[in-house]
Amino acid sequence: MKFTLAWLRTHLDTDAPVAAIGEALTRIGLELEGISDRGATLAPFRIAHVLEAAPHPNADRLRACRVDTGDGVVSVVCGAPNARTGMKAVFAPPGSFIPGTGITLKTGEIRGVTSAGMLLSAREMGLGEDHSGIIELAEDAPVGTPYAAWAGLDDPVIEIAVTPNRGDCFAVRGIARDLAAAGIGTLRPWSAPPVPAEFTGGPRWQIDWPEACPWILGRTIRGLRNGPSPRWLADRLVAIGLRPINALVDVTNFFTIDLGRPLHVFDVAKLSGDTLVLRRGAGESFRALNGKDYTVTEQDCAIADAAGVQSLAGIVGGAATGCDETTTTVFVECALFDPVRIALSGRRHQVVSDARQRFERGLDPALPPDAMEAATRMILDLCGGEAGTVTAAGTPPAWQRDATLRFARLADFGGAEVPADDAVDALARLGFTARTRTATQVTVAVPPWRNDVAAPGGPALEQDPGLDPAAAARAAEGCALVEPECDLIEEVLRLRGLDTIPAVSLPQTAPVPLPTLTPAQARTARARRVLAAQGLAECVTFSFMAAREAALFGPTPATLRLANPIASDLDQLRPTPIATLALAAGRNAARGFADVALFEIGPAFAPDGQRLVAAGQRLVAAGLRAGATPRAWAAPSRPVDALDAKADLFEALAALGLPMDSLSVTADAPGCYHPGRSGVVRQGPKTVLGQFGELHPAVLAALGLAGPAAAFELFLDAVPEPKRRRRAPPDLPAFQPLRRDFAFLVDEAVPAETVLRAARGAERALISGVVLFDVYAGGTVPAGKRSLGIEVTFQPRERTLTEAEIEAAAAKVVAAVAKASGGVLR
Amino acid sequence: MTDDLSALQTETDTALAAAADLRAWDAVRVAVLGRNGTLTSLLRDLGKTPPEQRRDRGAALNRLKDALAAAIEARRIALEAAALDARLAAERLDPTLPPRPRPAGLIHPISRTMEEMAAIFGAMGFAIAEGPDVETDWHNFGALNIPAHHPARDDQDTFYLTTPDPGGAPPPVLRTHTSPVQIRSMLGRGVPLRVIVPGRTYRADHDATHSPMFHQCEGLVLDRNITLGHLKGCLIDFLRAFFAVPTLPVRFRASYFPFTEPSMEVDIGWDRKSGELGKGADWLEILGSGMVHPRVLANVGIDPREWQGFAFGMGVERVTMLKHGIPDLRPFYESDIRWLRHYGFNPLAPALLHEGA
Repeated sequence: MKFTLAWLRTHLDTDAPVAAIGEALTRIGLELEGISDRGATLAPFRIAHVLEAAPHPNADRLRACRVDTGDGVVSVVCGAPNARTGMKAVFAPPGSFIPGTGITLKTGEIRGVTSAGMLLSAREMGLGEDHSGIIELAEDAPVGTPYAAWAGLDDPVIEIAVTPNRGDCFAVRGIARDLAAAGIGTLRPWSAPPVPAEFTGGPRWQIDWPEACPWILGRTIRGLRNGPSPRWLADRLVAIGLRPINALVDVTNFFTIDLGRPLHVFDVAKLSGDTLVLRRGAGESFRALNGKDYTVTEQDCAIADAAGVQSLAGIVGGAATGCDETTTTVFVECALFDPVRIALSGRRHQVVSDARQRFERGLDPALPPDAMEAATRMILDLCGGEAGTVTAAGTPPAWQRDATLRFARLADFGGAEVPADDAVDALARLGFTARTRTATQVTVAVPPWRNDVAAPGGPALEQDPGLDPAAAARAAEGCALVEPECDLIEEVLRLRGLDTIPAVSLPQTAPVPLPTLTPAQARTARARRVLAAQGLAECVTFSFMAAREAALFGPTPATLRLANPIASDLDQLRPTPIATLALAAGRNAARGFADVALFEIGPAFAPDGQRLVAAGQRLVAAGLRAGATPRAWAAPSRPVDALDAKADLFEALAALGLPMDSLSVTADAPGCYHPGRSGVVRQGPKTVLGQFGELHPAVLAALGLAGPAAAFELFLDAVPEPKRRRRAPPDLPAFQPLRRDFAFLVDEAVPAETVLRAARGAERALISGVVLFDVYAGGTVPAGKRSLGIEVTFQPRERTLTEAEIEAAAAKVVAAVAKASGGVLR
Repeated sequence: MTDDLSALQTETDTALAAAADLRAWDAVRVAVLGRNGTLTSLLRDLGKTPPEQRRDRGAALNRLKDALAAAIEARRIALEAAALDARLAAERLDPTLPPRPRPAGLIHPISRTMEEMAAIFGAMGFAIAEGPDVETDWHNFGALNIPAHHPARDDQDTFYLTTPDPGGAPPPVLRTHTSPVQIRSMLGRGVPLRVIVPGRTYRADHDATHSPMFHQCEGLVLDRNITLGHLKGCLIDFLRAFFAVPTLPVRFRASYFPFTEPSMEVDIGWDRKSGELGKGADWLEILGSGMVHPRVLANVGIDPREWQGFAFGMGVERVTMLKHGIPDLRPFYESDIRWLRHYGFNPLAPALLHEGA
């Protein structure tokens, strides 16, 4: 919302400097967006007298002028056709910046004649498009005076952001009222004396859809002459960025800004029939004043005459019935429309207009009669003519309502000790007049322009249907009582300034704070630290990606596709963070960093059918290593492989407190992994804790990734709550352990884990550990077989083992491995 | 000393001096002191010495034995020291060689900020609440007093999911703020309540200062006697701790959000030119807050006559950029390893209040 300081002062009697006004606006919730002082950019330009404008000796189209700047006489070369001896013009001295051209002037010489300055056109000063010649000032314009001050262009333009609840501040008067209430000046009285009707007749209203348009006024004014607005009006509109069109249209725009009261003017000569009907649209099209065509639906409120739809009510008027210089009889519309329908229509047709902006926030329902009189008076003043009777349809809505403030609530809710008199005064300055007051509370009448206070019709609730009905009813009743009071507290507090409320630290809930994180959240935090400690760099990648690429990593159902993606490569919720990490690795490779180790803890989205968490979302700690291990003199570089990913995954699982000995790995990882170089980590038959492996070569190829990449996923939601057990005392036998090596020849297909488990379980009380130290195939090992070398640790507990006992235990190991895997001792 | 003894002394000294290593030294030792060594033989032959000479010779032999033993031992020590010196010289490593690589990992600045928020708000008794990224229209809008026609919805650039049934219930949305978790927390945990909600949020906006995915941290406090004064205290306490500026100026201005009343924007003081927080005369908007709107409470069945409190929401990236002087938003999501190494945090130095977060 833009307005000028002078415009504000028509409603607000104040000498406050513009900066103080800006600060006050921000403090009370009308956030200042900026103050632009056009006077500042025009400051160097002064009124000058052209003493002589002679033809340039060396150029046909130029004139060599002698100009009295008030500060001496200078020579100026001017190309304007209207430069002539004796005229008053606007002079820019050397060194001044010309806003219209973006050039800083220098003294120069043009075809042999010195030019020490410039005579300016409107466009060069940034004051319009006119560049047909230099500006001509009145004969009596005082030479040497700053042009902006003389022309009244040093009026600062103030722009504020109006929050959606404050429709009343889409009006200069509303802003003035708030400022006055906040102690900046005094609100000037405003009234609109009735303009007597000279005749009856003219178009009439007919409301066929009262829910959309409860009340509408109209008035015919005839015998007028439409034309350009007077300068004061045109200047005001230009100052705030509106284009003056003609007096009738400019009057409607004036009241839109001045009172927040949109009006519309129909050229009566262009209307068909004498009835304007407010009704639902029926698929008709019309051309609007903005030059675009709109087709009204039955959800839109249209204004139609006998020829058809002429306007989209409250949003944009029609070109066919608009006013121009030929208009001699006008029909002025002043209506109330349903804010919700306006908002939805405006959004449907994507029209952003000053009218819509105000109607959808709700207008002052008591204002139409006065606004009609004020508009009539201004039209008669500007265009002449005579006014008819005011015609109306519908009924004025009942807006009268009260709200009650218990003074104690200012402290108990608002945290501010406010004397009761101050609170009542503040409300009164905003137009809330006290109806009854006791020692403890005041009941005020809510002014009609404040539809955000004590919402007419009571609070609109959208209660959870699953609530206990009694609790829901109690809460709704409480809301109806409390909400108007909150509205009043807000008014009192914002006018005083929220900075005056003392800050109070929150009371402690416990002498020592309880844990902030749930055990599951703490596990996530630990997984993050452990993965980073493994050398992985944490990333945050988008939750969405291109559906085509997402499909490489998992199902991409339509239910997880965005209806309005920002770009086609961000249209599908990712099936796993590995997918976006792989893209990240690709981007790094493209920058020359092919060897990266990345991880992310974030959401993966599954189809509804596999709903694991709300809407199929699960929290995954995922990592990806791409390329090779670092190159170094002490350890050769090698391509990353599945076991790197497995190491990352197992490190994290161990840190999360999982019983690592009881996890198993199966070779059935999903299709984005290399089928022969991947695994699934399970706890028990059902729980899948994670997956790891090298990415499938086809996936790498589709993503344009050159090197190998090994990835893992840890499903954090699947990690069970660790059992809280008292720790058993440590096992610290007094006897030295004994280590024996075995080499077993097994079929290639036998998983190493089978052999290790069998050896471990051969004699549980005695065997304390099994380590796989060698895997060997080829050479003397027959084809289809491999040799697994294991070191078994025997831990005696009561006495040192005899050779016979050791032999017996070793035999049990051999037998157990043979039974489980068919392996034979080499 | 008789000639033979002094000859042996000389002989042995010469041999020891000639012994270049422990093996040669040992040969000398054995040759002198061994079972058949020269000195041993002389001692053995002492009995054959005429009795009148025996006493003197015995004394001389013993002196010689002590002297030779000392000389041999001294030589051993010298040789061992030389051997150790030689070994140390041979084992010399170029200490300037780079160590075996153990690539360091790191924590993303967004995670770091969320961790710091958890630490600071945790000390004020807050728990952490979470909710899904894909939300119902009701949780994201309706329950928060943002009806379908509300102008605030125009401002929010919501991402909608495709729905198979266009005429039915409104399609799910990607949550546009973390505020729906207020609703979930009130329904799930009930009152009293102190939670923060750090999490991913989404809006259909993509330019230099907007990302279609970003992070917010919501806060919600409900109790019987929570006032707007507590809102101010809590946020001032947080901001001063988070930015580690104990005198950070904090300003509250009236504003509007559909789910709070009164609503306020919170600014912190800074110097726009230098970017220094707490210095200069400029204000920077940092978060939105307000007293929870009675309609929001009523929508989840909480009687606003009994319970009241405040809510706030701040942009995680924004405070991260301010705290660490990170100039651009977009690299947060780029996973450029160079950026991550530059701005990432050591995982073994987590945010701990007692260590100074």
